[in-house]
Amino acid sequence: MTPRPGILDPQGKAIHHSLNSLGWDSVEDVRVGKAIYLDLAAEDEGSAVEAAEAMCRKLLANPVTETFEVSLVDVPAGDDGADGAAT
Amino acid sequence: MKVAVITFPGSNCDYDLYKAAQQVGADATFVWHRERGLDGYDAVLLPGGFSYGDYLRAGAIARMSPVMEDVIEFAHRGAPVVGICNGFQILCEAGLLPGALVRNASLLFSGKDVHLRVERVDTHFTSQYEPGQILRVPIAHGEGNYEADESTLERLEGEGHVVFRYVDAAGEATDAANPNGSWHNIAGIINDEGNVLGMMPHPERAMEELLGSTDGIGIFTSLAASLSAVAS
Repeated sequence: MTPRPGILDPQGKAIHHSLNSLGWDSVEDVRVGKAIYLDLAAEDEGSAVEAAEAMCRKLLANPVTETFEVSLVDVPAGDDGADGAAT
Repeated sequence: MKVAVITFPGSNCDYDLYKAAQQVGADATFVWHRERGLDGYDAVLLPGGFSYGDYLRAGAIARMSPVMEDVIEFAHRGAPVVGICNGFQILCEAGLLPGALVRNASLLFSGKDVHLRVERVDTHFTSQYEPGQILRVPIAHGEGNYEADESTLERLEGEGHVVFRYVDAAGEATDAANPNGSWHNIAGIINDEGNVLGMMPHPERAMEELLGSTDGIGIFTSLAASLSAVAS
Protein backbone atom coordinates (compact mmCIF):
# COMPACT_ATOMS: atom_id res chain seq x y z
CA MET A 1 0.00 0.00 0.00
CA THR A 2 1.43 3.35 -1.04
CA PRO A 3 -0.05 6.83 -0.63
CA ARG A 4 -1.50 8.06 -3.90
CA PRO A 5 0.41 10.82 -5.66
CA GLY A 6 -1.04 14.13 -4.56
CA ILE A 7 -2.07 12.82 -1.16
CA LEU A 8 0.00 14.48 1.53
CA ASP A 9 2.36 11.92 3.07
CA PRO A 10 3.61 13.54 6.28
CA GLN A 11 5.73 10.51 7.24
CA GLY A 12 7.44 10.51 3.86
CA LYS A 13 8.08 14.23 4.19
CA ALA A 14 9.62 13.86 7.65
CA ILE A 15 11.87 11.01 6.51
CA HIS A 16 12.84 12.92 3.37
CA HIS A 17 13.88 15.88 5.48
CA SER A 18 15.85 13.66 7.83
CA LEU A 19 17.69 11.87 5.00
CA ASN A 20 18.58 15.20 3.40
CA SER A 21 19.90 16.56 6.67
CA LEU A 22 22.05 13.44 7.08
CA GLY A 23 23.70 14.34 3.79
CA TRP A 24 21.77 12.21 1.29
CA ASP A 25 20.99 15.14 -0.97
CA SER A 26 20.23 12.74 -3.82
CA VAL A 27 16.90 11.80 -2.24
CA GLU A 28 14.22 13.66 -4.18
CA ASP A 29 11.07 12.17 -2.74
CA VAL A 30 10.03 9.68 -0.07
CA ARG A 31 6.69 7.91 0.14
CA VAL A 32 5.90 5.65 3.09
CA GLY A 33 3.55 2.75 2.54
CA LYS A 34 3.03 -0.52 4.28
CA ALA A 35 3.36 -4.19 3.45
CA ILE A 36 0.87 -6.81 4.61
CA TYR A 37 2.01 -10.43 4.39
CA LEU A 38 -0.80 -12.89 3.86
CA ASP A 39 -0.34 -16.60 4.26
CA LEU A 40 -3.23 -18.11 2.35
CA ALA A 41 -4.40 -21.40 0.98
CA ALA A 42 -5.17 -21.26 -2.73
CA GLU A 43 -5.55 -23.59 -5.73
CA ASP A 44 -2.82 -21.83 -7.66
CA GLU A 45 -0.89 -18.58 -7.85
CA GLY A 46 -3.50 -16.85 -9.99
CA SER A 47 -6.30 -17.44 -7.54
CA ALA A 48 -4.08 -16.39 -4.62
CA VAL A 49 -3.38 -13.06 -6.32
CA GLU A 50 -7.02 -12.65 -7.23
CA ALA A 51 -8.12 -13.24 -3.63
CA ALA A 52 -5.49 -10.85 -2.27
CA GLU A 53 -6.58 -8.16 -4.72
CA ALA A 54 -10.19 -8.57 -3.65
CA MET A 55 -9.11 -8.21 -0.01
CA CYS A 56 -7.23 -5.02 -0.87
CA ARG A 57 -10.25 -3.53 -2.59
CA LYS A 58 -12.62 -4.46 0.22
CA LEU A 59 -10.55 -3.76 3.33
CA LEU A 60 -6.78 -3.61 3.17
CA ALA A 61 -6.38 -0.46 1.06
CA ASN A 62 -8.38 2.75 0.98
CA PRO A 63 -8.76 3.61 -2.71
CA VAL A 64 -9.14 7.30 -1.85
CA THR A 65 -5.66 7.61 -0.40
CA GLU A 66 -3.71 4.50 -1.39
CA THR A 67 -2.71 2.38 -4.32
CA PHE A 68 -1.87 -1.27 -3.83
CA GLU A 69 0.19 -3.91 -5.50
CA VAL A 70 0.02 -7.67 -4.95
CA SER A 71 3.00 -9.95 -5.46
CA LEU A 72 3.88 -13.52 -4.59
CA VAL A 73 6.80 -14.41 -2.39
CA ASP A 74 8.15 -17.83 -1.54
CA VAL A 75 7.20 -19.32 1.77
CA PRO A 76 10.32 -20.13 3.80
CA ALA A 77 11.27 -23.80 3.78
CA GLY A 78 9.64 -25.78 6.56
CA ASP A 79 6.51 -23.69 6.47
CA ASP A 80 3.77 -26.04 5.45
CA GLY A 81 0.66 -25.73 3.40
CA ALA A 82 0.54 -22.64 1.27
CA ASP A 83 1.51 -22.59 -2.37
CA GLY A 84 2.72 -19.06 -1.99
CA ALA A 85 2.06 -15.98 0.05
CA ALA A 86 0.69 -12.88 -1.55
CA THR A 87 1.95 -9.60 -0.22
CA MET B 1 -36.56 11.91 19.53
CA LYS B 2 -34.92 8.49 19.72
CA VAL B 3 -31.21 8.53 19.14
CA ALA B 4 -28.85 5.57 18.73
CA VAL B 5 -25.26 5.97 19.87
CA ILE B 6 -23.27 3.22 18.15
CA THR B 7 -20.53 1.77 20.33
CA PHE B 8 -17.51 0.01 18.87
CA PRO B 9 -14.70 -1.71 20.77
CA GLY B 10 -12.43 1.24 21.49
CA SER B 11 -15.05 4.00 21.34
CA ASN B 12 -14.35 6.46 24.14
CA CYS B 13 -16.71 9.37 23.52
CA ASP B 14 -19.87 7.27 23.56
CA TYR B 15 -20.94 8.43 27.03
CA ASP B 16 -20.27 12.08 26.17
CA LEU B 17 -22.42 11.73 23.08
CA TYR B 18 -25.14 9.92 25.02
CA LYS B 19 -25.17 12.73 27.61
CA ALA B 20 -25.16 15.40 24.89
CA ALA B 21 -28.20 13.80 23.24
CA GLN B 22 -29.98 13.58 26.60
CA GLN B 23 -29.15 17.20 27.34
CA VAL B 24 -31.30 18.32 24.39
CA GLY B 25 -34.15 16.04 25.41
CA ALA B 26 -33.40 12.98 23.31
CA ASP B 27 -34.10 9.43 24.38
CA ALA B 28 -30.61 8.02 23.83
CA THR B 29 -29.70 4.33 23.57
CA PHE B 30 -26.33 2.63 23.19
CA VAL B 31 -26.26 0.22 20.25
CA TRP B 32 -23.39 -2.27 20.31
CA HIS B 33 -21.62 -2.72 16.99
CA ARG B 34 -22.73 -6.34 16.73
CA GLU B 35 -26.43 -5.55 17.12
CA ARG B 36 -28.61 -5.37 14.07
CA GLY B 37 -31.53 -3.14 13.15
CA LEU B 38 -32.01 0.59 13.67
CA ASP B 39 -35.78 0.72 13.15
CA GLY B 40 -37.50 3.17 15.43
CA TYR B 41 -34.53 5.51 15.78
CA ASP B 42 -34.72 9.07 14.48
CA ALA B 43 -31.00 9.74 14.38
CA VAL B 44 -27.75 7.77 14.60
CA LEU B 45 -24.58 9.09 16.23
CA LEU B 46 -21.12 7.57 15.75
CA PRO B 47 -18.80 8.51 18.60
CA GLY B 48 -15.12 9.32 18.76
CA GLY B 49 -12.46 7.01 20.08
CA PHE B 50 -10.02 4.51 18.70
CA SER B 51 -12.14 1.67 17.40
CA TYR B 52 -10.00 -1.44 16.95
CA GLY B 53 -6.97 0.55 18.06
CA ASP B 54 -6.95 2.42 14.72
CA TYR B 55 -5.32 -0.72 13.27
CA LEU B 56 -4.93 -0.80 9.49
CA ARG B 57 -6.48 2.69 9.11
CA ALA B 58 -8.61 4.66 11.55
CA GLY B 59 -12.19 3.43 11.14
CA ALA B 60 -11.38 0.75 8.56
CA ILE B 61 -12.22 -2.26 10.71
CA ALA B 62 -15.16 -0.65 12.53
CA ARG B 63 -16.66 0.05 9.13
CA MET B 64 -17.01 -3.73 8.65
CA SER B 65 -19.05 -4.12 11.85
CA PRO B 66 -22.48 -5.76 11.40
CA VAL B 67 -24.36 -2.64 12.52
CA MET B 68 -22.72 -0.57 9.78
CA GLU B 69 -24.93 -2.22 7.16
CA ASP B 70 -27.89 -0.81 9.06
CA VAL B 71 -26.23 2.58 9.45
CA ILE B 72 -25.68 2.71 5.69
CA GLU B 73 -29.29 1.77 5.02
CA PHE B 74 -30.45 4.31 7.62
CA ALA B 75 -28.42 7.03 5.89
CA HIS B 76 -29.69 6.01 2.46
CA ARG B 77 -33.24 6.46 3.75
CA GLY B 78 -32.33 10.10 4.34
CA ALA B 79 -32.32 9.90 8.14
CA PRO B 80 -29.74 11.98 10.02
CA VAL B 81 -26.36 10.45 10.85
CA VAL B 82 -23.56 12.27 12.66
CA GLY B 83 -20.01 10.96 12.98
CA ILE B 84 -17.61 12.74 15.28
CA CYS B 85 -13.85 12.21 15.16
CA ASN B 86 -13.48 8.41 14.83
CA GLY B 87 -17.13 8.45 13.76
CA PHE B 88 -16.20 10.77 10.85
CA GLN B 89 -13.36 8.42 9.90
CA ILE B 90 -15.78 5.48 9.93
CA LEU B 91 -18.31 7.35 7.75
CA CYS B 92 -15.58 8.05 5.18
CA GLU B 93 -14.42 4.44 5.24
CA ALA B 94 -18.04 3.35 4.76
CA GLY B 95 -18.40 5.60 1.73
CA LEU B 96 -21.20 7.64 3.32
CA LEU B 97 -18.96 10.70 3.06
CA PRO B 98 -16.30 11.31 0.39
CA GLY B 99 -12.57 11.50 1.06
CA ALA B 100 -10.48 10.18 3.92
CA LEU B 101 -8.80 11.33 7.12
CA VAL B 102 -5.06 10.73 7.03
CA ARG B 103 -2.22 11.33 9.47
CA ASN B 104 -1.92 14.88 10.82
CA ALA B 105 0.64 16.86 8.83
CA SER B 106 2.61 17.38 12.06
CA LEU B 107 2.69 13.59 12.61
CA LEU B 108 1.61 14.38 16.16
CA PHE B 109 -1.58 13.67 18.03
CA SER B 110 -3.29 17.00 18.66
CA GLY B 111 -5.55 17.60 21.66
CA LYS B 112 -6.55 21.23 22.22
CA ASP B 113 -9.33 23.77 21.73
CA VAL B 114 -9.73 25.12 18.21
CA HIS B 115 -11.94 27.74 16.60
CA LEU B 116 -14.42 26.69 13.96
CA ARG B 117 -16.39 28.82 11.55
CA VAL B 118 -19.92 27.68 10.76
CA GLU B 119 -20.09 27.72 6.96
CA ARG B 120 -23.68 26.54 6.56
CA VAL B 121 -26.68 27.16 8.80
CA ASP B 122 -29.26 25.60 6.47
CA THR B 123 -28.56 22.02 7.59
CA HIS B 124 -30.19 19.61 10.07
CA PHE B 125 -27.15 20.08 12.28
CA THR B 126 -26.41 23.81 12.25
CA SER B 127 -29.73 25.68 12.05
CA GLN B 128 -29.35 27.03 15.59
CA TYR B 129 -26.08 28.84 14.77
CA GLU B 130 -25.61 32.22 13.15
CA PRO B 131 -24.04 32.32 9.67
CA GLY B 132 -20.26 32.58 10.08
CA GLN B 133 -20.47 32.05 13.84
CA ILE B 134 -17.14 31.23 15.46
CA LEU B 135 -17.20 28.26 17.85
CA ARG B 136 -14.59 27.10 20.33
CA VAL B 137 -14.57 23.31 20.47
CA PRO B 138 -11.87 20.77 21.37
CA ILE B 139 -10.11 18.42 18.98
CA ALA B 140 -8.31 15.21 19.95
CA HIS B 141 -6.95 13.23 17.03
CA GLY B 142 -3.85 11.97 15.25
CA GLU B 143 -5.53 11.30 11.91
CA GLY B 144 -7.75 14.26 11.11
CA ASN B 145 -6.13 15.54 7.98
CA TYR B 146 -8.95 15.63 5.43
CA GLU B 147 -7.87 14.56 1.96
CA ALA B 148 -9.68 13.65 -1.25
CA ASP B 149 -8.99 13.72 -4.95
CA GLU B 150 -9.10 17.08 -6.64
CA SER B 151 -12.48 16.72 -8.31
CA THR B 152 -14.08 15.72 -5.00
CA LEU B 153 -12.52 18.70 -3.24
CA GLU B 154 -13.69 21.07 -5.94
CA ARG B 155 -17.17 19.64 -5.71
CA LEU B 156 -17.24 19.95 -1.90
CA GLU B 157 -16.39 23.63 -2.13
CA GLY B 158 -18.45 24.30 -5.24
CA GLU B 159 -21.59 22.74 -3.83
CA GLY B 160 -21.08 24.06 -0.31
CA HIS B 161 -20.58 20.76 1.48
CA VAL B 162 -18.05 22.20 3.90
CA VAL B 163 -19.96 22.86 7.13
CA PHE B 164 -17.13 23.68 9.55
CA ARG B 165 -13.68 25.13 8.89
CA TYR B 166 -10.72 25.61 11.24
CA VAL B 167 -10.13 29.33 11.73
CA ASP B 168 -8.27 31.63 14.09
CA ALA B 169 -10.06 33.58 16.82
CA ALA B 170 -10.79 36.33 14.31
CA GLY B 171 -12.48 33.87 11.96
CA GLU B 172 -9.75 33.64 9.32
CA ALA B 173 -8.94 30.24 7.82
CA THR B 174 -5.16 30.57 8.12
CA ASP B 175 -2.51 27.85 7.94
CA ALA B 176 -1.62 28.54 11.57
CA ALA B 177 -5.23 27.82 12.56
CA ASN B 178 -5.20 24.49 10.74
CA PRO B 179 -4.35 21.83 13.35
CA ASN B 180 -3.82 18.88 11.04
CA GLY B 181 -3.11 19.95 7.47
CA SER B 182 -6.66 19.40 6.20
CA TRP B 183 -7.27 20.69 2.71
CA HIS B 184 -8.83 24.20 2.87
CA ASN B 185 -8.98 23.92 6.69
CA ILE B 186 -11.88 21.48 6.43
CA ALA B 187 -13.14 20.39 9.86
CA GLY B 188 -16.57 19.03 8.94
CA ILE B 189 -18.51 18.11 5.80
CA ILE B 190 -22.00 17.04 4.82
CA ASN B 191 -23.10 14.62 2.10
CA ASP B 192 -24.95 15.54 -1.10
CA GLU B 193 -28.33 14.77 0.43
CA GLY B 194 -27.56 16.80 3.55
CA ASN B 195 -28.38 14.08 6.09
CA VAL B 196 -24.89 12.80 6.94
CA LEU B 197 -22.46 15.04 8.85
CA GLY B 198 -18.87 14.16 9.69
CA MET B 199 -16.60 16.35 11.79
CA MET B 200 -13.28 15.90 13.58
CA PRO B 201 -13.84 18.35 16.49
CA HIS B 202 -15.84 17.27 19.52
CA PRO B 203 -19.02 19.31 20.09
CA GLU B 204 -20.13 16.74 22.69
CA ARG B 205 -17.21 17.90 24.83
CA ALA B 206 -18.35 21.52 24.61
CA MET B 207 -21.73 21.25 26.31
CA GLU B 208 -21.05 22.75 29.77
CA GLU B 209 -19.51 26.00 31.01
CA LEU B 210 -17.71 23.90 33.59
CA LEU B 211 -15.82 22.15 30.78
CA GLY B 212 -14.81 25.38 29.10
CA SER B 213 -17.33 25.88 26.30
CA THR B 214 -20.98 25.44 25.43
CA ASP B 215 -20.47 26.09 21.73
CA GLY B 216 -21.15 22.46 20.80
CA ILE B 217 -24.74 22.51 22.01
CA GLY B 218 -26.01 24.05 18.78
CA ILE B 219 -25.38 20.87 16.81
CA PHE B 220 -27.60 18.86 19.12
CA THR B 221 -30.32 21.51 19.46
CA SER B 222 -30.30 21.88 15.66
CA LEU B 223 -30.75 18.13 15.25
CA ALA B 224 -33.56 18.12 17.84
CA ALA B 225 -35.28 21.06 16.12
CA SER B 226 -34.99 19.39 12.73
CA LEU B 227 -36.45 16.12 14.00
CA SER B 228 -39.32 17.81 15.83
CA ALA B 229 -40.13 19.73 12.64
CA VAL B 230 -40.33 16.40 10.79
CA ALA B 231 -42.52 14.89 13.51
CA SER B 232 -45.02 17.76 13.67
